[in-house]
Amino acid sequence: MDVNVNGQRRSLGDVDPQTPLLWVLRDELGLVGAKFGCGISQCGACTVLVDGQAVKSCSYPVSAAGDAEVTTIEGLAGENGELSALQQAWVDLDVAQCGYCQAGQIMAAEALLRTNPSPGDDDIDQAMESNLCRCGTYIRIREAVKTAAAKTAAE
Amino acid sequence: MSALNYDDIGDVVPTVTGERTAAADASLDVRIAKIDRRQFLKLTGLVGGGLMLSFAGPKAMANGGVLQPNGYIRIDAGGILLYAKNPEIGQGVKTSLPMIVAEELDAAWDDVQVVQSPIDQAAYGAQFAGGSMSIPMNWTTLRRAGATARAMLVSAAAKRWGVEPTTLTTRDSHVVHAPSGRKLAYTELASDAAAMPVPAAGALKLKDRDQFRLLGERITGVDNDALVRGEPLFGIDQSVPGMKYAVYQKCPAIGGKVKSANVDEIKAMPGVTDAFVLEGNGNAMELLPGVAIVADSTWAALQAKRALVVDWDETDASKDSWTEAKAQAQKLAQQSGPVAADQGDVDAAFETAANRVGGFYTYHFVSHAQLEPQNCTASFKDGSLELWAPTQTPGQGIGSAAKVVGISPAKVTLHQARCGGGFGRRLYNDFTCEAAAIAKRAGVPVKLQWTREDDMAYDLYRAGGFHQMEGSVDDEGRITGWRDHFITFSNDGRRPVSGGNMARGVFPAGLLENLRIEQTPLSWKNRCAAWRAPGSNVFGFVVQSFLHELAVAAGRDHLEMLLDVFGEPRQLGPRGMHTGRAAGVVRLAAEKAGWGRELPDGRGMGLAFYFSHAGHIAEVAEVSVDADKKVRVHNVTVAADVGPIINLSGAENQMQGSVVDGLSTMGLSVTFEDGRVQQSNFDSYPMLRLPQTPGVDVHFVASDYPPTGLGEPALPPLAPAVCNAIFAASGHRIRTLPITEEGFSLS
Ligand code: FES
Ligand code: FES
Repeated sequence: MDVNVNGQRRSLGDVDPQTPLLWVLRDELGLVGAKFGCGISQCGACTVLVDGQAVKSCSYPVSAAGDAEVTTIEGLAGENGELSALQQAWVDLDVAQCGYCQAGQIMAAEALLRTNPSPGDDDIDQAMESNLCRCGTYIRIREAVKTAAAKTAAE
Repeated sequence: MSALNYDDIGDVVPTVTGERTAAADASLDVRIAKIDRRQFLKLTGLVGGGLMLSFAGPKAMANGGVLQPNGYIRIDAGGILLYAKNPEIGQGVKTSLPMIVAEELDAAWDDVQVVQSPIDQAAYGAQFAGGSMSIPMNWTTLRRAGATARAMLVSAAAKRWGVEPTTLTTRDSHVVHAPSGRKLAYTELASDAAAMPVPAAGALKLKDRDQFRLLGERITGVDNDALVRGEPLFGIDQSVPGMKYAVYQKCPAIGGKVKSANVDEIKAMPGVTDAFVLEGNGNAMELLPGVAIVADSTWAALQAKRALVVDWDETDASKDSWTEAKAQAQKLAQQSGPVAADQGDVDAAFETAANRVGGFYTYHFVSHAQLEPQNCTASFKDGSLELWAPTQTPGQGIGSAAKVVGISPAKVTLHQARCGGGFGRRLYNDFTCEAAAIAKRAGVPVKLQWTREDDMAYDLYRAGGFHQMEGSVDDEGRITGWRDHFITFSNDGRRPVSGGNMARGVFPAGLLENLRIEQTPLSWKNRCAAWRAPGSNVFGFVVQSFLHELAVAAGRDHLEMLLDVFGEPRQLGPRGMHTGRAAGVVRLAAEKAGWGRELPDGRGMGLAFYFSHAGHIAEVAEVSVDADKKVRVHNVTVAADVGPIINLSGAENQMQGSVVDGLSTMGLSVTFEDGRVQQSNFDSYPMLRLPQTPGVDVHFVASDYPPTGLGEPALPPLAPAVCNAIFAASGHRIRTLPITEEGFSLS
């Protein structure tokens, strides 16, 4: 089996097609940015994009990705390593505490901004509601999404 | 030093038993300073937890080239490297501790690279994350460490230029000779400075506070760049060559043993390489009995765990039942209990009181629920053990793992990995012990992965508790008597669990003339332990709610009454609170929140103060309560006096996080029946989410007292502030947490 991740076609050998995408990314492909938090679609720590849509990779069999393009947190920075507007806002606003949820938060925000480049509070609430932050960095997450949106709009 | 309440961490201050193995360190003598940040992060990520950096020690100094006067600083021609000694669990110490060094070193923050230090008691003393102790315990040491290197750099420049050291100043990683306009970078001076005598601590001149350039600024976390790139910083991200993936199933009722298990069937499953029973070592904080499964992938291991069938011997297993405990507590509350603290004559005060108030307070058990489930990577080879562990107490981790696999602590190397949350859970190293035992038995390196269900079922819970409160006021509305019969839990039938002991007195003890604490422990088998602001996180709720009840009974404004209770500004005992600082934060929070202003119907404000971990914190919550008992917290104003602020960004983040955590926990509970935890994952443990998050305004007093920690003390005042606000908004007194038990919910 193969899977498209961050613009590359990656071969998976004889991996069980039912394996959640999360464990394929982490164990087989060494992409550990997506995190394991609950395994049942409740926390969003494992959020990645499949064709631009946010999915909980812990509950998404790798075979379901088919020919779709999977984007993980490792695929957000530019070719020369420059941070995306979202990543930069996360650094500038010092959003993270432990940081464990933040890759999932950024990917959920990425999915939001791809469809809605200037979200209001309600849009952010809705898009980010399925991502838990145990450390309680929600205030800064909200701010960072707005900062990134404003920056992208200005460019 | 300021008053530190060491009781707050009680039994968790680690005794460091491990020793660093020189060979393990020497094997990776990475010249970090020479490589750029991107490469550097990759490298440390690859080798695990950002730890495997050589700390070459004094010998390197003699060899020249490298200025390394202590374990915190390494300067050579390539750059300035600072070592962060304590585990990073989200409290921000990997940034704030090196900031203290950089301040006295006068290094420009942009010139500095920070790495996690090795575990080395000789170089660093105790290394742990607990009790909000990192800042107060290390403040002076770190300042001296920076000042020492600075003095040596100044001496080197003075010698090179042939001028008096007193004519030199330092700024932004340079030594400057103003009269001649000469300037040299630390990196250029490092080699010479290494040969200078190390100044005695007494000879060091530390900065005055008004000379600080870095401390008090907003500095983004040192790992943030790597975090937003998804680089392997956490325990769960580690991997080593030849590694297998392990899971471990323990008895759902703690204390149960394995009678038999279908290990042969499990071993035949695809991807499974091994399965075996471990007996446990008789210490519930180390290795419980269970069945280990080792596989080629996490997924294969998890599948096999689902197919595992174990027949448990539950003879000695937990029969804990919340329902029974509650019934027992309600009965006990009608009686007096063993007196744990007594001052004045409470009974006489009650007899002559103008007004008496009473209430039965309850709070449930809760889980730490740190977002990264427990995990540990372990490799056991030739009688030595190597661990990659997200632990809050690496020293203890070394000691207990050594014990479990039967080797000397000197044969254990533990690499500190970033922790995906701690909250006290990772003070205990049961997961590192399990990984060590499985790696030894399996004969291959393993990464042990707990599931969320494991985490929920084998936590060391924040204990629940019950308080029968009684109080009295005189006809001028002053508090005359206070009685608290605290029904708590005990794991050994004698000592209350960690965080479940009021005997040493908590606020308002010391401020009231007549006060009695009675304490009755209920026997409990499930493990209980420190949870963010242990003890304070629940006592704050009871005490600050009940104070408000008394204010209401006395017809007094809560703010005015609190200030009256504090009285004259004074220090209450060497580790106690300072009533002047307490009054200061209460006034500040009230002023900033607009205390007393007119609010529409259904809306109310509540105030609470608490002192813990040497921090004085007041909070005002503004809430609405609708007809369906839905509570919306609009805003929380926090005023904190923890001395000067190290990193303003991190400090504010801790305050905001504590408010969110406190609010989240008001809706959570872990319950037990038949010894088993009834909740299993986040669907039955619904933590607060972004839409319910209130605004949080943070104000720091920034007093001149020595700085103290911020990871914990802002949590305890939150629940009572919100409950007092619910009362103001609705007239309903919440006496049970979670508030859902009283029909309320957060919206
Ligand atoms: S791990 Fe996938 S949603 Fe929690
Ligand atoms: S920053 Fe720790 S879980 Fe979000």
